[in-house]
Amino acid sequence: MLKDLCKKMFGRSLWVYHANSGGCNGCDIEVLNVLTPYYDAERFGIKLVGSPRHADVMLCQGPAMRSTAKALKRAYDAMPAPKLVFAIGSCACGGGMWFDSYTVIGPVEKVLPVTYYIPGCPPRPEAIIYGVAVALGLVDKKTAPVQFKQLEYPIPRYHPSDLHKQDELVVYEKLEKI
Amino acid sequence: MMSVLSKLKEAVVCLKAGRVTLPYPANPRPVAPNFRGRPLFDISKCIGCAGCANNCPAREILVIDLCQEIRIIKYLGRRCAYCGRCADVCPEKAITMSNEFENATNNVTDISQKLDVFMSTCQRCGKCFKEPSPLEQLKMKGYRFDDLKNDRWIFRSQQYLEQDPVLDDIKIEME
Repeated sequence: MLKDLCKKMFGRSLWVYHANSGGCNGCDIEVLNVLTPYYDAERFGIKLVGSPRHADVMLCQGPAMRSTAKALKRAYDAMPAPKLVFAIGSCACGGGMWFDSYTVIGPVEKVLPVTYYIPGCPPRPEAIIYGVAVALGLVDKKTAPVQFKQLEYPIPRYHPSDLHKQDELVVYEKLEKI
Repeated sequence: MMSVLSKLKEAVVCLKAGRVTLPYPANPRPVAPNFRGRPLFDISKCIGCAGCANNCPAREILVIDLCQEIRIIKYLGRRCAYCGRCADVCPEKAITMSNEFENATNNVTDISQKLDVFMSTCQRCGKCFKEPSPLEQLKMKGYRFDDLKNDRWIFRSQQYLEQDPVLDDIKIEME
């Protein structure tokens, strides 16, 4: 019974390992902000650990760089098996503003399988908590891909095939909207 | 006696302080004024000038002309730094920096936005502009043809190869 209770209470505790592979420290500061009593991530069971061997979740900040990709991969391999990777910030999600630089390989998903993306440069502490809450199943994700289409063309389109000659004039016949 | 009193005083101070933790995911948290969240595109105002694509420092807004009349503008959102330059440069104010910051997702393509813009053509010649000379093409910043399928930005000056992945060109040497 105590075991079941423990499972229920502590089943979703995430121990996070904080890996920066060449970011600017902006996201690091926001992550540390989340762990302060004001935002208090420990009420979700989140705890910062110092070694990847103790961790369930890897918080990746910064793009995968040429110099750090190998170390990042090794840290990921050192984590025990049910593991998640959160990409925090636009560098980790998409490579950042210097994605085409020669030192940057790209987003961390080039090296690790990323499970959750938290975009922002840096993301607000609330955004990071929201991402964690999405991962824990407390809230639903809000974003969805958007496609806009201008279905009705605003002006009649010109077709040379609709021109024909009438007496001495060239008449354009078709004027309805397409 | 004094020490006990001081401890009690401390306890009273601590009780007075109350709770500081934010009840965040349960209660909404409003953003500060002038907060720049996710940029939202308005197709009814967009004229398809691609000024946002040319001014994006992360090269994140892709442009492709499907035909003479339809231009596709695709905002990827994944490496957006939320700098607001697209909203600044938009002549029609079609891009607004919204208050949305809860963009966490398990699929990175969820943040993208795609616009199919109708480009009106000249009723006489059917073209938008006269063809620029090679020198003008060098000076011109915009009018690119990006690779929408692979979500990448193509240098106009570069030779574009179909099978060449843009980010995989450096092979990671793993042990």
